[in-house]
Amino acid sequence: MFAIKKKRLIAPKVVLMEVLAPKIARKRRAGQFVILRVNDTGERFPLTIADSDAEAGTITIIFQIAGKSTALLAALNEGEAIQDVVGPLGRPTHIEKVGHVVCIGGGVGIAPVYPILRAMKEIGNRVTSIISARSKDLLILEEEMRAHSDDLKVATDDGSHGFKGFPTQILQGMMNGGERIDLVVAVGPVPLMRAVCEVTRPRGIPTVVSLNPIMVDGTGMCGGCRVSVGGKTQFVCVDGPEFDGHQVDFDLLSKRLRTYADLERASAEAHKCKIGAG
Amino acid sequence: MKPPARAPRQKMPEQSAEERVKNFREVPYGYPPETAKIEAARCLQCKTAPCRQGCPVEVRIPEFIRKIREGDFAEANRIIKGDNALPAVCGRVCPQEDQCEKLCVLAKKGESVAIGRLERFAADYGLAQAPETPPPAAPTGRRVAVVGAGPAGLTCAGDLARLGHEVTIFEAFHAPGGVLVYGIPEFRLPKAIVQAEVDALKRAGVKIELNAVIGKVETIDELLAEGFDAVFIGTGAGLPNFMGIPGENLGGVYSANEYLTRSNLMKAYRFPDFDTPIIRSRRVAVVGGGNVAMDAARTALRLGAEEVRLVYRRSREEMPARIEEIHHAEEEGVRFELLTNPIEILGDDQGRTRGMRCLRMKLGEPDASGRRRPVPMPGSEFEVELDTVIIAIGNTPNPLIPSTTPDLKVGSHGTIVADKETGLTSKARVFAGGDIVTGAATVIEAMGAGKRAARAIHAQLMGG
Ligand SMILES: Cc1cc2nc3c(=O)[nH]c(=O)nc-3n(C[C@H](O)[C@H](O)[C@H](O)COP(=O)(O)OP(=O)(O)OC[C@H]3O[C@@H](n4cnc5c(N)ncnc54)[C@H](O)[C@@H]3O)c2cc1C
Ligand SMILES: Cc1cc2nc3c(=O)[nH]c(=O)nc-3n(C[C@H](O)[C@H](O)[C@H](O)COP(=O)(O)OP(=O)(O)OC[C@H]3O[C@@H](n4cnc5c(N)ncnc54)[C@H](O)[C@@H]3O)c2cc1C
Ligand code: SF4
Ligand code: SF4
Ligand code: FES
Repeated sequence: MFAIKKKRLIAPKVVLMEVLAPKIARKRRAGQFVILRVNDTGERFPLTIADSDAEAGTITIIFQIAGKSTALLAALNEGEAIQDVVGPLGRPTHIEKVGHVVCIGGGVGIAPVYPILRAMKEIGNRVTSIISARSKDLLILEEEMRAHSDDLKVATDDGSHGFKGFPTQILQGMMNGGERIDLVVAVGPVPLMRAVCEVTRPRGIPTVVSLNPIMVDGTGMCGGCRVSVGGKTQFVCVDGPEFDGHQVDFDLLSKRLRTYADLERASAEAHKCKIGAG
Repeated sequence: MKPPARAPRQKMPEQSAEERVKNFREVPYGYPPETAKIEAARCLQCKTAPCRQGCPVEVRIPEFIRKIREGDFAEANRIIKGDNALPAVCGRVCPQEDQCEKLCVLAKKGESVAIGRLERFAADYGLAQAPETPPPAAPTGRRVAVVGAGPAGLTCAGDLARLGHEVTIFEAFHAPGGVLVYGIPEFRLPKAIVQAEVDALKRAGVKIELNAVIGKVETIDELLAEGFDAVFIGTGAGLPNFMGIPGENLGGVYSANEYLTRSNLMKAYRFPDFDTPIIRSRRVAVVGGGNVAMDAARTALRLGAEEVRLVYRRSREEMPARIEEIHHAEEEGVRFELLTNPIEILGDDQGRTRGMRCLRMKLGEPDASGRRRPVPMPGSEFEVELDTVIIAIGNTPNPLIPSTTPDLKVGSHGTIVADKETGLTSKARVFAGGDIVTGAATVIEAMGAGKRAARAIHAQLMGG
């Protein structure tokens, strides 16, 4: 059992938790994730390790309530415990001093970008961050991101905060303005990552994306997380989660993500009914 | 006590095919005591016991069978347990027809003693009694780490604990058992049996740390540095092979590992009471001809598929699956599409599987494995309509531990190189056994390797 030390709602439907997992906290590096199972009947699902405190023995996860499993997790309180947490899984981000790095996080994708940004900064890169959400109240980690970035830009779809529009427009603006960019890291919904790659492709700017397929074990034994990168099949849990965005078959990824859409909806509905009735 | 002359090999009662395809309960019920005694009386109690040579752990077969005949079932169980830590498992899943029963003197007439069924009977009797707690061994003060809680790791851990060593098992999954819990379905091996065996290990003092992926959370070197005197690696061969044909990444295409893990370990067959989903298929093709393929096909039927085909590129004789399982699958209505090879999986515009294109094959000259090589017949292409494809063409070892343990010697197929008798690897104090060393094999062979390694580890710890 993995005790929840701290829980905070940081935006509507977005929860931050600090979970006691000393071995993982000690070992994990930017870009890695854990797989959780909330209780005995629960499914296994991945969440990025947004931060860790080796001394306190805790890891931080930040997640959006998307369906039944994340709702179950969000229902746990401080002092309660998660049945299973396994990690750190996946390869750590390749951190290198390249010059100017732009880190783009969309929605809850800001959480996985946050540790990457810090590692990129620590090694000596100049880092510009672009974070975005549908509207101001959905934006997470703005202060934390600002504290570690040389420059932070904000976009909201509705213009309630920062630039009105998409982060790709900001990126395009930077490129048009002649700004030198050595590396782009983008994490967020598939359409966002795909759009960023289309913007950087013509200039050949290296672009890293973090993929979020459906996972089961997270150790390479099921193949459920496979994606196609450069025409080659890769298992995201062991070969990723980060890949060269210009090589990723996003179309395949989004189709595979919909495999269980109907069943997931049914499961979430049944869960809501039970809660409603109880 | 003269046996009734020439009783035939006793059948084990089982659920009818029509009934069992609708549930996940175990198919055979096991022998009632009277039947077990009749079957036991068929054994000739051969002095040389050729049957024992066929068993990878050399269970004292005539001795335990004699006890069953005499009605001393508890003693029969104790005798088996002396050599085999998991008899309730092996009695069910050992390929007996290729092992102990193959060498039984009665096998020539096709009527070998049903050793596996008797073993299962004795073990189930033992499980139903109050557990016997073995006398605690004097602690040796030595600590051993066992990586992987499959049959190899469990056996090694149990033997070492009984010798007084302090043993911790590190298991990647949230449940111990390895293939016994995530691969082999409930209807062939009830999970309660595996749990009972694991509980017995815990009573013997073995600690099990779940959710611990060695190579990620800790490396082998770190375990040694932390104060473990020796490490046993029993991480199995869990990496699924794919065919490399177009369409393999479509929605609705599963590796058998994923399909079976969802259904067995995650209990997707009880969705939505359990949260893990699995596609509710109508028309399924399983590609392969081994036990894994049979398990996947029979699981698909139980999940409600209307039509399940098994697509295998050689003929029935070459199928590696156990005869009993082929037979069960056929009875339940799995359609065998033999001498057939898939060349493409076809999708709809949503990226979901809608069919598969196949080629008919014929058998040519024998290949390296001694089996006749299938060769495509030109112009024999055809398509079948499907919504799910399950690929069961074998597994290879996961590279995680070799890649994080630089001085561990690895063979050509990613297997860890280890001494046959002792399990010692190229690295001092590190032993390995089971599928990670041999490639995908059997439960009892993995157990045998765990046992031999335990013996060698004990010798090393106490000698040095
Ligand atoms: C490496 C990785 C890191 C991730 N990090 C984060 C994070 O830091 N914060 C965050 O909010 N989300 C993260 N996700 C996504 C998160 O795993 C899903 O939101 C979650 O599983 C949804 O489950 P649910 O039951 O609540 O919703 P459901 O209703 O079951 O599903 C909603 C959507 O989530 C996806 N999903 C469902 N089941 C799984 C599964 N077992 N594995 C992966 N995806 C699934 C599907 O696209 C599905 O349509 C990450 C995913 C991956 C692969
Ligand atoms: C579907 C199926 C059906 C089968 N049917 C039969 C049958 O009828 N009869 C028969 O004799 N054999 C059968 N087999 C084969 C048999 O199950 C295997 O040969 C046997 O389980 C091998 O045992 P093992 O202990 O070496 O490995 P496994 O059983 O594979 O166990 C390995 C364990 O190690 C864990 N692990 C892996 N990597 C790590 C890591 N890095 N850190 C920590 N833990 C890790 C895994 O999670 C797993 O629990 C079948 C196999 C399958 C897949
Ligand atoms: S362990 Fe397997 S091979 Fe050995 S006697 Fe028992 S059933 Fe036969
Ligand atoms: S070979 Fe057959 S008949 Fe002889 S002891 Fe073994 S089981 Fe009995
Ligand atoms: S999640 Fe199973 S192989 Fe990646």
